[in-house]
Amino acid sequence: MSEQPVQLPLPGFDRARAEWRQAYAERTGAEKTIRNRSGIEVEPLYTPEDWSAGRYMEDLGFPGEAPMTRGIYASMHRGRTWSQRQLIGFGTPEDYAGRLEKIMAAGASAISLIPCNSVYRGYDVDQVDPVLLGTCGATINTVDDMDTALRAVDIGRVSTAMNDPLPFTLMALLLAVARRRGVPWTKVTGTSNQSDYISHFVANHMFFRLALPGSRRVLTDHIAFCQARVPGWNPLSVVGQHMQQAGATPAEAMGLTLSTAVQYAHDCIARGLDPEVFLPRFTFFFDISISFFEEIAKFRAGRRIWARLVRERFGVRNPKAWRFKSHAQTSGVDLTRQQPLNNIARVAVQAMAGIFGGLQSLHSDAYDEVLSVPTEAAARVAVATQNILRDEAHLTDVIDPLGGSFYVETLTDQMEERIEATLARIDEAGGMYAAVESGLVQALLGESALAFQGRLDRGEETIVGVTAHQAETEAFAAAPLERPDQARIEAQIAKFKAFKAERNQAEVGRALDALASAANSEAENVFEKVVDAAIAEVTHGEICACLRREMGFGQPLVVA
Amino acid sequence: MTAPSLSQRPPKVLVTKVGLDGHDRGSRLVAAYLRDAGMEVVYTAPWQEIAAVVKLALEEDVDVIGISSLATDHLLLPQVMAALEEAGLGHVKVVVGGIVPDDEAAELLEAGVARVFHPGSAREDIVETVRRLAEDARSLV
Repeated sequence: MSEQPVQLPLPGFDRARAEWRQAYAERTGAEKTIRNRSGIEVEPLYTPEDWSAGRYMEDLGFPGEAPMTRGIYASMHRGRTWSQRQLIGFGTPEDYAGRLEKIMAAGASAISLIPCNSVYRGYDVDQVDPVLLGTCGATINTVDDMDTALRAVDIGRVSTAMNDPLPFTLMALLLAVARRRGVPWTKVTGTSNQSDYISHFVANHMFFRLALPGSRRVLTDHIAFCQARVPGWNPLSVVGQHMQQAGATPAEAMGLTLSTAVQYAHDCIARGLDPEVFLPRFTFFFDISISFFEEIAKFRAGRRIWARLVRERFGVRNPKAWRFKSHAQTSGVDLTRQQPLNNIARVAVQAMAGIFGGLQSLHSDAYDEVLSVPTEAAARVAVATQNILRDEAHLTDVIDPLGGSFYVETLTDQMEERIEATLARIDEAGGMYAAVESGLVQALLGESALAFQGRLDRGEETIVGVTAHQAETEAFAAAPLERPDQARIEAQIAKFKAFKAERNQAEVGRALDALASAANSEAENVFEKVVDAAIAEVTHGEICACLRREMGFGQPLVVA
Repeated sequence: MTAPSLSQRPPKVLVTKVGLDGHDRGSRLVAAYLRDAGMEVVYTAPWQEIAAVVKLALEEDVDVIGISSLATDHLLLPQVMAALEEAGLGHVKVVVGGIVPDDEAAELLEAGVARVFHPGSAREDIVETVRRLAEDARSLV
């Protein structure tokens, strides 16, 4: 972080600056202060007075080298662009398999799996109102369901990213399928998305399943298990997206995310794991708002802080652990229901911020997300947006192209200060776990959400089509809704019931007993027993219910 | 017996979520709006069972129920309306806010929902609508 910019010999600088200031003041008169979402005052002009390259090696350096500000790989997007991993999930396992086959035929090399909200809540298909089943994701409850969903996928070769909160039953079902198909677990690769229970507890309750102490235990066991048995798997994705969507400013979201990662690292060390080995597998997931320069600075500053944290706090020497591997999604919060085609422009700007911010993986939102679950046509535009930015606009020809901009570098330093302030606040509260137990983080999110809404209400932020430039009439015809076929859902429920009736009940009972016993014994790895249960044909809902009973289901602390 | 007027007792509103989704930024914001406007707000965690919403509405004697839906949980609203009617709470007004596709918003209104708010709905509109509906609810008791 720069303290004072180095004074460069710039003959005439002071006089020219004074003249410009006067000319500027004459044209603009009394100006209102402009602040970005993180509260940083934005000046009309930045010069070497604000930032100079005098500390280039300390603050920026080269891509792939500490402090990683310019990117985490030597070649960055010039060598290999980000992964385009669009989320899919809908209907029954059969429906999912059908959609997956289509996108694989179109050339997708990596897949994602979004389960139904009933799965997130820890239920099987026979435990919730059928009208809700399959509306937001695929209903996958058993090893048979997973086998069907991935029938066209060579799971020893294709990487699978799954929205799979703890106790990670989807991954367990995947490993059970691998066993069934004779694929060694060492060949299975992918990521456990939504493994960050702290973000679920404070900001996205949809994924929250076990009380905090049980969650802490299951996550560290999961990381330990993957390290030993499925070494190609990324067991953890720390989610800043939830914090920002719940109201945190970009700087706060980055600070809270880093604090969360620090907490998980401490928990893994306490369990006897080596940070030189587990930290390179940590990944991150962020929201990209439309506050363009602020988002770019957020990612650059976050990378720099992570590289420093890992070296200084944890003394880790493995450079792979210094890499701040990030997936990001354009923010749905900025999209509007009014004049929805305008959202295509918003998503393009958000995606550009992410690309200039140096991310490794990007999901761009469909413009109709505020109207319903995205339609296929809108999802195609979202993917095309990424292709246009890369192939037509040439945004990836130069690594970190905004590096060295007086503004972007000054803002990166200022964001870094704000992010560090959030980190320090959480450290003072005893770390992230203690700070969410006490409600501190929830209160912070609520205050920031209200403060942002206040800016909108006072007209300090403009939303085109909503607070300005409203259209008299809406010519937009919403696309037809896609809802799962109820007959297929009913058939799936029947299939599920038959599966349960036909399995070896003695083995199911033994597996559930072993799971309950592991939940109460620190000497055992509870995730290993989840995997064993999936192999023994125990269902997702049964596994979740067992752990809820043994470890407790805490309602999230709601600070309204 | 007539219900107290709004000047005697401010509107009382239950802000909640039914079904499976847990995104609560919207419900928290709306709860704060209504509270700031002087209303009494009963706020719950997400994932309420329909029976629990009815029970709470009855026990707390609310005038209006605001249900936030950001995924597809609004599909449960016809069942909510029927359950309220059955519990003798037909006078209680129900509003929904969130991501509700136009076709389905029309179905909700048909099922008796008083109003569907969307992203971008104005604060004053929400506050005034809820106040007016509370008045209607009182007149029906």
